[in-house]
Parts: sequence; structure tokens; C-alpha cells
Amino acid sequence: MEQFLVQLFIFLAAAVIAVPLAKKCRLGSVLGYLIAGIVIGPFCLRLIGDIETVMHFTEFGVVMMLFLVGLELKPSLLWQMRTPILGMGGTQVVLTFIIVGLVCALVLPWQQAVAIGLTLALSSTAIVLQTLREKGLLNTSPGQSVFSVLLFQDLAVIPILAIIPLLATTVIQADSHHGPEFFDITALPGWLRLLVVLLAMGFIYIAGTYASRPVFRAIAATRVREVFVAAALTLVIGISLLMTLVGLSPALGTFLAGVVLADSEYRHELESDIEPFKGLLLGIFFISIGASLNFTLIAEQLWLVGGLVAGLILIKGLVLFATAGIFRMPVHERWLFTVALAQGGEFAFVLFQFARTNGVLPQPLTESLISAVAVSMFLAPLLFIVHDKLIATRLKDALPERPADHIEEGGRAVILAGFGRLGTDIGRLLISAGIRPIILDHNEANVDTLRSFGFEVYYGDATRLDLLESAGAAEAELIIITLGDHEKAMELTRLVQKHYPHLKIAVNAVDRRAAYEFMDLGVTTIRRETFGSALTLGQDALQLLGFDPYEAYKIRRLFRKKDKDTLPELYRIFREDTENYRTMYQKHNENLVELMKKDREMDMEELDKAWSAASPET
Amino acid sequence: MNKILILFAHPAFRRSRINAVLRGGVEDLEGVTFHDLYAAYPDFLIDVPHEQSLCEAHDVIVLQHPFYWYSTPAIIKEWFDLVLEHEWAYGSSGKALAGKITFQALTAGGDTSDYRPGGLNLFTIKEFTTPYRATANLCRMEWLPPFGVLGIHKGLPEEDRLRHAAEYRRTLIALRDNHLDIHRARECELLNQDLDAIVKEV
Repeated sequence: MEQFLVQLFIFLAAAVIAVPLAKKCRLGSVLGYLIAGIVIGPFCLRLIGDIETVMHFTEFGVVMMLFLVGLELKPSLLWQMRTPILGMGGTQVVLTFIIVGLVCALVLPWQQAVAIGLTLALSSTAIVLQTLREKGLLNTSPGQSVFSVLLFQDLAVIPILAIIPLLATTVIQADSHHGPEFFDITALPGWLRLLVVLLAMGFIYIAGTYASRPVFRAIAATRVREVFVAAALTLVIGISLLMTLVGLSPALGTFLAGVVLADSEYRHELESDIEPFKGLLLGIFFISIGASLNFTLIAEQLWLVGGLVAGLILIKGLVLFATAGIFRMPVHERWLFTVALAQGGEFAFVLFQFARTNGVLPQPLTESLISAVAVSMFLAPLLFIVHDKLIATRLKDALPERPADHIEEGGRAVILAGFGRLGTDIGRLLISAGIRPIILDHNEANVDTLRSFGFEVYYGDATRLDLLESAGAAEAELIIITLGDHEKAMELTRLVQKHYPHLKIAVNAVDRRAAYEFMDLGVTTIRRETFGSALTLGQDALQLLGFDPYEAYKIRRLFRKKDKDTLPELYRIFREDTENYRTMYQKHNENLVELMKKDREMDMEELDKAWSAASPET
Repeated sequence: MNKILILFAHPAFRRSRINAVLRGGVEDLEGVTFHDLYAAYPDFLIDVPHEQSLCEAHDVIVLQHPFYWYSTPAIIKEWFDLVLEHEWAYGSSGKALAGKITFQALTAGGDTSDYRPGGLNLFTIKEFTTPYRATANLCRMEWLPPFGVLGIHKGLPEEDRLRHAAEYRRTLIALRDNHLDIHRARECELLNQDLDAIVKEV
């Protein structure tokens, strides 16, 4: 136990120190983790022990990441991406496989060449997605292309795992491959295997579509947050186990589950619950990659490993650039696409080990290859930096200023926190103006009803930072706060001001005092809840009493303006002279009546005078 | 019988005695639709299809308003901007208003000594209303000179107000019943300068 805590402490401390430093140097978090891994690894401080186990365990971060990615991809969107996934992904994997395979076949037996070609065709989902997301590029069109290719690669792992044992040139060592203990799918005949796989996929789809909602609703109703977290983790882990059982990639399975749940109102809640686990696991995963870099081996075989890395990046880069060309990507996107995917992936660690234990690859070659992949993964974030510094800036100079042609579908500009009676009408207004806000509400009954009316409402407590984050607060332009509970609204305002200073805030204040408290926080767009309808109803009343409609309308406008004008003064008195506030308030109201009267008379007289070309005196 | 649409615009109608009297004289006339724009659209959100169908349903369109800054109150400008659509009011197929008679009935503070070359306002009322004349022309309408009540800032005596109201009423009745000599009316400086000369007695 103590040993475990010590190891955990070392990993976390390394991350806590390295990532902020790397960020400060504008290197991105991935590079920070990798460097932290090297520092605490066996070739520097020698602080950690069993790297391989850690790496294997934390690979689960990749699974979680794909679940999160799936959550952001609705089925319709995924269907739209079928061409880039199959086309670009297929082209990239097949071409890379052929070229790498041919090059290897010059010096190695063809079986080994095939295994290496297949494995090196894959790129690092973990590093690439993390980096793209950090740079805010995931929802751009090159980002989507990169993602499509990664998705195809994840799919390709399944047949690759099936092919590798067929390439064996030496006798397989006994007990090298062991499936799950209680059920071994490989024992089944082929057609039954396929059936089991299809059943598993169908189960995920049906459970996700029909069973998830009532289950999540029941859990949400308990209002015990950790139970929801537990449910989210159970879901992801359960699917991974199921996928492993039927011989599919867990990452692929959870990705599918994510897609199925992408339409659910609990999407953002799930996202924010899984996110920290994913982040930590991935972080430690990156650290263990850094720690696993075998510098002794690299130093001994400097030329071999160096050559492998250079060859790998060069061939993948060329293939990617050609793929981008075939699919007619704009020139400035081709470079990003190329740079993003020109490295080996974490699957290579698994697949090379798998190939070795199946007697396909010899031990020394496997180690050199794994080192080369690890180095290429270490270089990947650096390549991004080179791209940003050299290529992107140069291309930007060469290209004419691009107009903002499309707002990314993923990023919506407005978060509407609180969707009660007030929020509903605000939402309707925004939607009618073509703005689809992300709506957050914490009342599960309310969420259900509004969903049935076709609103896009998500369940969750808007005052939770993680939920705000997954609702897109970092990219949003505006948050409208219409929570009925004033204290909650204040809390949310403070939270937003602290963590998202760029976000514009518009609040609903339940009464005048609440408005003053928002003014304390420096909020400038404040509307008192019932003020608007009071004035409108007042206008109606005047009209029913025989006022001209235009007159009644003007009185309403004038009143609102005067009220607004006196607000700062009343606010000052409220804060500085609390005792006299009531009398001052009354006095101000009397003044308001006077002022209004004067203003109205002035208004009319000005009108009269305005067009009296000849002065009345003459 | 012609149907007459009066588009009335006064942002402070309660305070205008002359417009109250003018309005009172014609509001109840058969064949006359009195349409108060500021009352209908206090927030200026004009219902364009409704306004267009109103115009289509009438043969004479009168703009009754005070003369503000040598022009109309703001809502009439808004009305022109929105209602007089291309290919409805003008353009090769815009003939919805073609042939309809139109004129302004306006009330102004200054009198004829102000509205003349060399006077305080440099131009005559008829000259000031040329933009509307051009508008009518583009819409293929039959334009008539304005019905003008001038000098109201010097304070109109009660009997003058009543006389103007009666003349306004007489003008509208004559237009409604086709008793107005359009050709002679077009030559007038103001429509109401000599009604006896242009109203054909039956």
C-alpha cells in the first residue's frame, strides 16, 4: 500500500511540476508529461519501478478519451464523416503499410515486414487528440480529417491483431497468449465469433438508446454526485470488459457507447465526470512513455534507432501529404494533417509485444522498434511546435486573410444556465434568432419535459466548474444566468469571472437588492426579473385608460430610462448609507415622477417647437 | 364612389387642436378609412402586408400629418421605407398603387409669408413637397398639391379651425364622389386655396 502511494505521489508530483513548466515554455502538456517521465525514469532520477504495468493500466485513459470523443459526435455527424474515415483513413493505412512493408522487406523476411508495416501505419491517438484539443483545433476541418484517420486506425487494430499470429515464423511459446480467464472467444468457431461481436455491439446500442435514460435519471434523482460518477465509470469499464471479452478494441467500444449517448441530456454530466479520470490516466500514461525510453539501447543503436525514427516520420509524412492531396485538402491544411499524424502510436507497444510473443518478431528488433516509436511519439509535440512556428506562420503570410467562413458546429456561442419559466422564453427568443444555446438545468423533471418539447437541455448543476467546462465555457462568448436561486446565481457569476474572464455575463436578478449584489461583482448586464413585464403591463394599463398607444409606449420607455439612470445613485446610497436607504428610495421615486412629468412636457414642447419654422414670438 | 385611406401620423396628437378638428371632420365619413399610424405601431414595427392590402383596397391615399422639419413625422418615412416595396409599388411590375390619387394634408407653424422665396423658409410648401411628388410619380400615382393649414403657431382662431375642417371634409367628399376637377386641382399651389374653383357642384 505504502509503496503504491509513494509511486502515485511521484507520478502526480512529476506531472504537477512538469506540466505547468512546459505550458510556460509553450510546449503543451503532452511534452511536459513526456519530459517528466524521462526525468523520473530509470535513466535520470530512477524514482519509479514497474513502468510497463503502469503503462498498461493507464492505457485505459485512451479508452476514456475515445468515450469522451464519442460523446461529442452525434450519430448523424459520424455518418457524415464516413467518407473521410474510410477514404482518408483507408488510404493512409494501406499506403503506409505497403511502403513501410516494402522498405523492410529489403532487409527482413516478408512476414516481419508485414507485421512492422501494419503496426507502424498507426499513429498516436492519445498524443494527437490531446494536442489538437489543447490547441482548439479538434473541431476545425483539418482536425476532423485527422480524427477520421485516427478512428480508422483504431478500427484497423482489430484485423491486425488477427493477422499477426498468422505471420509466425518460429514456434509460439506456450501460454504466451491468454484471453480473459472465464471466457475465451478464440475457442469459438468463426461464425459464432462474429455473431457474439455483433450481439455485443447491438447490446451497447440498445442499452445506450433505451436503458440509459431511465437509469441515469434514477441516479440523478438521488442527488448524490459520487454515485453518478460511479455510474459513469462503471459504464466505461463495463464496456471495455465486454469488448475485451469479444475480442474488440475497448477504445472502439467505448467510442461507440459515447456516440450512442451523444444525444442524451446527461451527456455533459458524463463528460465532466469522466474527464478528470481520463486526464489523470492519460497524463500518467504519457509519463510512463517518457520513462520507458530506453536510453542505453538508443545510445548503443544510435544509428539504427535514429534511422528508424527518421524513416518512420519521413514515410508517414509523405503518405499523409499525398493522402491530403488526393482528398483535395486546402494547402494550409495539408501541413497540419501531415505533421499531426507522422508518428508511431501507443498501439505499436502492444502490437510489437504481441508480434514478439507470437514468434513473428525477434526480441532485439522488437526493442529497437519500440524505442523508435517512443522517440517518434516524443518528437510529435515538437513537430507541432515546428509547424506552428515555421509552416503555419509562413502559410499565413502567403495566404490572403481568410474570412470567417463558418462557425464550427461544435462551438456554440451561448450558455444558458437555468431553464425555468424565464430561461425558457429567453431560449425561445435566441433559437428564433438562429442561436442554439447550450442549456443547463438542474431539475431532472424539468429537463425531461423541455426535452420532449424539442429543446436541447442538459442536466447538471451549472455552478460546477467541470460541467461549465464541458458545456464549452472556454469557447463560448456569453453566459446568461437565470437561476432562480440568487445565491447560486452569485456563485456561478463568481466562478465564471474567475475562470472564464473572457465570457460576457448577462444575469437575471430576482429583485433590486439582488441587482445591487450583482453590481458588487461588477456585472453590467443585469435585468430585474419582473421589471420588464411590469412595465409592459403598465403600458397596457395606460392604454386601457385612454392614453394614446404611442404616448403609453413613450411613458414606458421614459420610465425605464429614468429608473436606469437613478440606479447607480441608489446603489451608492444602498452601499454607503444603508440606514437612509428607504427614505432616499422614496425620495428618488418622487423625483422620478417629477422628472418624468418634466421630461414628457419637454418632449412634447420640443416637438412642437421643432417644426415651428417661424418662431412663435414673431 | 372612391374609397379613401387616410394615413394619419402625429406623435403628440392629444396636444394638436388643429389635427383633432381636422380628424373629427372626416373620421365618420362613409368611404373613409382613418388609420392612425402612431397608435397602430407605437414601437414602429409596421405590418407591411397589412399596410399593402389597405392601400390596395382604396382609391385615394391621403397622408395627414404635421409638417416637421419641412417633411413628415418619422413614422411616415418608416412607412415609405418598408411598405413601398420594389415590384409592388414601383419597378417594372410594381403597379399596386398605379392610378390612385394621393396628396398630403399638412399643418404647418409658419404661414405663406414664411413659405416663399425670400421668406424665412426660402421655399414654398409645394416646393418642399416635391420629394413626395416624385415618390407618387415613381409609383404611377395621380399626385395632387398638398392640402395645407398654415400659420398655426400664431394661434388660429376657433372659426378658422372649423373652416379648415369643413374644407378638408368637403375636399374628401368631392374626391370620394368624383366631383373634383383633377386637372385644375393639379395646377393649384395648395389644394385648399380656392375649393370653389375645383369642386364641381352637382
